[in-house]
Amino acid sequence: MAKTMLMAYAALIFALAGMPAVAQDAADPANAFNRLLDPAAQRNPPPAEDGIHDPANAGTRMLQAPLEAFGPLPKRNSGNRVDWVGAQASGKIRPRWNAADPKESAAALDLNIVREVKGSMPDVVFPHKQHTELLDCGVCHPAIFEMQKGANQMSMAAILLGQGCGACHGRVAFPVVECRLCHSRAKKAAATGAAAVGRQARR
Amino acid sequence: MRQRLKDGINGWAALCTMVAALLLAAGNAGEARAEYGDVVMNQSSEAAGMRPVVFPHWFHRVRYSCKVCHSDLGIKLEAGGTGIDMLKIIDGAYCGACHNGNVAWSVERCDLCHSGKPGTRTQVHQSAIQKPLAPAAASGAKK
Repeated sequence: MAKTMLMAYAALIFALAGMPAVAQDAADPANAFNRLLDPAAQRNPPPAEDGIHDPANAGTRMLQAPLEAFGPLPKRNSGNRVDWVGAQASGKIRPRWNAADPKESAAALDLNIVREVKGSMPDVVFPHKQHTELLDCGVCHPAIFEMQKGANQMSMAAILLGQGCGACHGRVAFPVVECRLCHSRAKKAAATGAAAVGRQARR
Repeated sequence: MRQRLKDGINGWAALCTMVAALLLAAGNAGEARAEYGDVVMNQSSEAAGMRPVVFPHWFHRVRYSCKVCHSDLGIKLEAGGTGIDMLKIIDGAYCGACHNGNVAWSVERCDLCHSGKPGTRTQVHQSAIQKPLAPAAASGAKK
């Protein structure tokens, strides 16, 4: 059974690695390095070239090109290839908390939830802080996550299918290829079993 | 018995992961190199003779926290799940809360939002599963 799981994850990783398959390297595309990866020059294309905007539409030409906005922002290797949390933390972007009031800011909750995972991956640390700087409680609770320890069963398969964390991660928030951003705490040698809830001191 | 149940659950999880991987591979085979999180909305656009709407998450997240739209404005997390139409927008709901000619362009700039390639279905681009989570019929039915 473990073998089946392994095969499944191998297939997944294969699919993730092959993300946008496009022709590249005019010189010798057949033997190009990272044949199935998006070459750097073709990432973040302008609207008219992105395959979903209609280049024949007059308005398409007026829309901002992503790279124009992303230029000054810190980079990551997945998603929009922008470190959105870093961009906000460093003040490069200042997303409004209240549409009508540019001065209002979030009352962030600094509470880490540690989820001890069953497999060999490191435990998951869920930081409320980064999430409550962008969201209020009602977006996740109670519809997506019940506010009770142990009440929320999840698996990577379910997350990939859009449940739990997958409501945002894998769609808009950083994708699940960034394993270590969540699976970030080394497992304790003697695991205690149930998920531990830890309150972290304010920075 | 318990072991068999456990095997069953593991098998299910493995199957789902495989399905997700296959969907992912299929979704990425070919054309679109849209920005991660770009949402195409075509629940009723093309049926009404307009190009589909392209909503760029990246542009909006520079300016607003997720909470503004997904809590204050009541826009659902599922693509196609909110049942937005032009009447509601003109009345100041959803997109219309900002797209009113005051904060952002108003509804008369049709082609700035309705800029999608004809035939593009409702989906979140570059997502783990490129398909609408809410069926078109369920959200598009009420008018």
